[in-house]
Amino acid sequence: MDLEETAVKARAFSYFRAARIDQALDAHARAGDEARFIAGGQSLVPALSLRLQAPRLLIDITHIDELRGIRRDGGYLRIGALTRHCEMLSEPLIAEFAPLLHAAAPFVAHPAIRNRGTLGGSVALADPASEFPAMTLALDAEIEIVGPSGRRRVKADDFFIDLFETALQPGELITAIYVPLFKADQRFAFDELARRRGDYALVGCGMLATFTGERIDDIRISFFSVGNTPIRVKGAEATLIGSSLDAERIAAAQGALEGDLAPPESDEVPPAMRLHLARVLLGRLLGRLGEGA
Amino acid sequence: MSAPLTSLDRPNSYIGRSVPRPNAKRLLAGRGRYISDLKLPRMLHAAFLRSPHAHAKIASIKADAARAYEGVHLVATGADLAKICTPWTGTLDHFKGMNSAPQWPLPLDRVVWAGQAVVAVVAESRAIAEDALELIDVDYEDLPVVVDIDGAREAGGALVNPGSANNICFRSQLDNGAVDDAFAHAAHVVEEEFSFGRHTAVTLEPRAIVADYDPAAGMLTVHHGTQTPYQFQDLYSRHYNIPEARVRVIATDIGGSFGMKLHVYHEDMAVVGLSILLGRPVKYVADRMESFVSDIHARDHRVRARMALDAKGEILAMDVEDLTAIGAFSTYPRTSVVEGNQVIRLIGAPYRFKNYRATLEVIFQHKVQTSQYRAVGHPIACAVTERLVDMAASKVGLDPFAIRAQNVIPDDAYPQTSPTGYRFEALSHQACLKRLHEIMDYDALRAEQVDLRKRGSYRGIGIATFVEITNPSPAFYGVGGARISSQDGAILSLTPSGEVRCLISVTEQGQGTEAIISQIVADQLGLAQEHVKVVTGDTEVTPHGGATWACRGAGIGGETALQATRALKRNILEIAALILQQQPSALDIVDGEVVDAATRKPRLPIAEIARIAYFRSDTLPPGTQAQLTVSHHFAPQGYPFAFTNGIQGCALEVDVETGLIKLLKHFIVEDCGRVINPMLVEEQLRGGIVQGLGAALFEECRYGDTGQLMNGSLADYLVPMPMEMPDIVIAHVETPTADTVLGAKGVGEAGTAAASACVLNAVNDALMPFDATINSIPITPAKVLKALKRF
Repeated sequence: MDLEETAVKARAFSYFRAARIDQALDAHARAGDEARFIAGGQSLVPALSLRLQAPRLLIDITHIDELRGIRRDGGYLRIGALTRHCEMLSEPLIAEFAPLLHAAAPFVAHPAIRNRGTLGGSVALADPASEFPAMTLALDAEIEIVGPSGRRRVKADDFFIDLFETALQPGELITAIYVPLFKADQRFAFDELARRRGDYALVGCGMLATFTGERIDDIRISFFSVGNTPIRVKGAEATLIGSSLDAERIAAAQGALEGDLAPPESDEVPPAMRLHLARVLLGRLLGRLGEGA
Repeated sequence: MSAPLTSLDRPNSYIGRSVPRPNAKRLLAGRGRYISDLKLPRMLHAAFLRSPHAHAKIASIKADAARAYEGVHLVATGADLAKICTPWTGTLDHFKGMNSAPQWPLPLDRVVWAGQAVVAVVAESRAIAEDALELIDVDYEDLPVVVDIDGAREAGGALVNPGSANNICFRSQLDNGAVDDAFAHAAHVVEEEFSFGRHTAVTLEPRAIVADYDPAAGMLTVHHGTQTPYQFQDLYSRHYNIPEARVRVIATDIGGSFGMKLHVYHEDMAVVGLSILLGRPVKYVADRMESFVSDIHARDHRVRARMALDAKGEILAMDVEDLTAIGAFSTYPRTSVVEGNQVIRLIGAPYRFKNYRATLEVIFQHKVQTSQYRAVGHPIACAVTERLVDMAASKVGLDPFAIRAQNVIPDDAYPQTSPTGYRFEALSHQACLKRLHEIMDYDALRAEQVDLRKRGSYRGIGIATFVEITNPSPAFYGVGGARISSQDGAILSLTPSGEVRCLISVTEQGQGTEAIISQIVADQLGLAQEHVKVVTGDTEVTPHGGATWACRGAGIGGETALQATRALKRNILEIAALILQQQPSALDIVDGEVVDAATRKPRLPIAEIARIAYFRSDTLPPGTQAQLTVSHHFAPQGYPFAFTNGIQGCALEVDVETGLIKLLKHFIVEDCGRVINPMLVEEQLRGGIVQGLGAALFEECRYGDTGQLMNGSLADYLVPMPMEMPDIVIAHVETPTADTVLGAKGVGEAGTAAASACVLNAVNDALMPFDATINSIPITPAKVLKALKRF
């Protein structure tokens, strides 16, 4: 790229394209805090242009084959970290075995961003307003991480710690997301409330439930855009387990949200409004779930 | 209505025809020539360090490290540029009593809004310039900040400009008829306080400028993404003391403007100075974040208004108070008080009542300046008037169409003078109302609304009548002392090959100015449109004129082209008559051929006339001097403005649990006089409506307590996007102005003028079953839910 161009405003950085994981990890270890991994770049590149981040080294991981691909692995669907958002829409394995991700994908930004943004990148950034990190919680997914001290799998429940803070340690990479295979006795629902299609949601929610007949045996409900991390609403979940979805149960679950969520102050959406919207959205999604969503 | 100029059936009848824009293909093919893309030899790049404070004293600027940074050519402060640039003041004489502090390209000792440019760095690349910015250390001392309207008006409160008596920029008052008496005897009074948030233009291409000073020739060339190259030629000449003939401003393709790109910006003025200091071309393109904190904003009004009616719903009087906050300076050279001035003068404009009182107070605050942006003041005047009319209708028990039909100035009652002093030549409110009722299928919409309410679905239907100001005469700016032309000029040549080249002062910003000018020239001369080449936007080439703003391109520029073409045609026919030994009056031109006027029989191609005149003048009778180039200027006379009118309607649905609004369909009936190109008129209307819908539901510059813009990025500042936009149905009524031969008025702002009012009325209509009303724009989910007491 021509550096005389007026549009290039990031601070100068070095670039390394890794072909294998060990190359990426080595490069990062040598550069330390001054390095960032880059894949789709849909959050990092704007941050560079705004000089909110100014790493000395960008390590491009998009050519590492091991981070690609979607396949069954035992009771899980292994989704490579480099899987792009648009593939969530187009890949039959996703639609069949992780339909909640398929349902969430159209709400992720706009096509141009979905063509480049990756699942691993989205989960690693852990934007509390993003759809996919929250869905890993609802899905009880596991995040496979590789780093200087080896390879490990972290449950989504243990992965999201605070605002943009996760279980990922410096120099570690996400290699894949493991999603338990969707089963015949399960139902899911997803929706979000946003002022414009593709925006960060005012409130968003996805859920996955296991039924016996109309009785809920298990349910995991995850909200996004309601706090510093994606949030599972365990109080609401507890009111639903063992019951069928009648109006009274739905109201009870909505009521429980007040204990589950404490939305932060914001200049545009007051906490009480966000809580109200979360209740409305939960009610609508549980209604759909009851209808067999 | 006057007789049509042409019949669409004859050859070359382009007026009234939807022909594509000749430049559309070029732009679609990526062949646009935008300033952002321009590269000149030896060109350098400017970047600006901006104030993080809304109000602070500049104690010191340490820039040695930046000056020493490799690739940096110049670091300039306010003091450096003040040595070569005279200051400017954004006041006009006809706004009696208004004041504003002098402005320099960069501040001398004090910053007055967060985001104000403080120091300029010029370097080999923009990236290097930005690296160097990080090395500059400015020591600020915080001063008290004035942010909101109430704080600015507090007696003894902080002052935007220390040393001034208060924060008031301008006050104005109108009082006609017997307002108090009308209210005292009214059967019904409706009253509301409205607020209108700040928003901004958000052009696809940000502001862009390349200044190129050649010290050897003493010549300044500025490639400037602007609507008004002549205005800037004059300003750069006077403020940098360069003879006008040695200043050239070139405005080529421009990625959106909407009024935002005709004001003086500090960075632009600075870039000219930087180029003079360096003797090299200097480029500056605002990035999106910079645009949000330095482009002019618009609106930011709080209006308290009441309306008196008799028992039958006849409007008797209005009483209005408009407070508007404009930032720390009044914008130069058009000021920041025009919007408020138009708000109080346009309120009530469609209706025939005569008792009207209004006060306007324009206030300084520590924010970026506001100024003219598409539909200046119109959306506010329209929303205030039309919401009160709806409130009155509901109180009196009339349908919104019925109360308007009862109160608008009848179509046969013109000319009329509004209580605010506007003179209307001829408007068509009744015809437009009737047509809107038809195209909306209003009764069916109402029936559906009743039906859906029973099922818990809340539809709203809103309409809004409007009047738009177009074709401004010198009464707009000239009388106030601004060197802003209200006339336009054209130079037309018949080329040796028999084509026509038209150099004209109106400019093209993507709306199709060049297309309609070529249509008018081709139509009036009798030539295929593809044989007319229109050139715009270069002060060295095109004659001086007002250019394109305030909906004047078609009405004034179009008339200029028409009269120039008729003059050229006379000259061509004179030569043809000599060659053919005929009277000129016996000849005409059709499709590039001189024909016998009576029989339409072809006699001679105009290319042959051009050939003879240019190359074989020896064959013409002695003493003949063919004049195949004509220049012509046209300044509007008669009415000071050509007012247009129309009405919009919309249907929408409010989700009463989430506060989200779904726009279902939008309608407009518009009367812009003679329609030159229906397709382009409709594009203007659709684009304008979408901008108005953005204002209605999405767009707002939100500030925190310390004067920081909270949402200065496109992730947080919401512009209207296709997924949220409804289908827009358009119909026309044509009432040409008799002030010109062409009869065209403006249309660029009509869509924006009433779209937000329409939505405001529709949302309130949807909320009718609840004890909830909305009086604030933009209408956000938070406001709707608050009104519904949902949280």
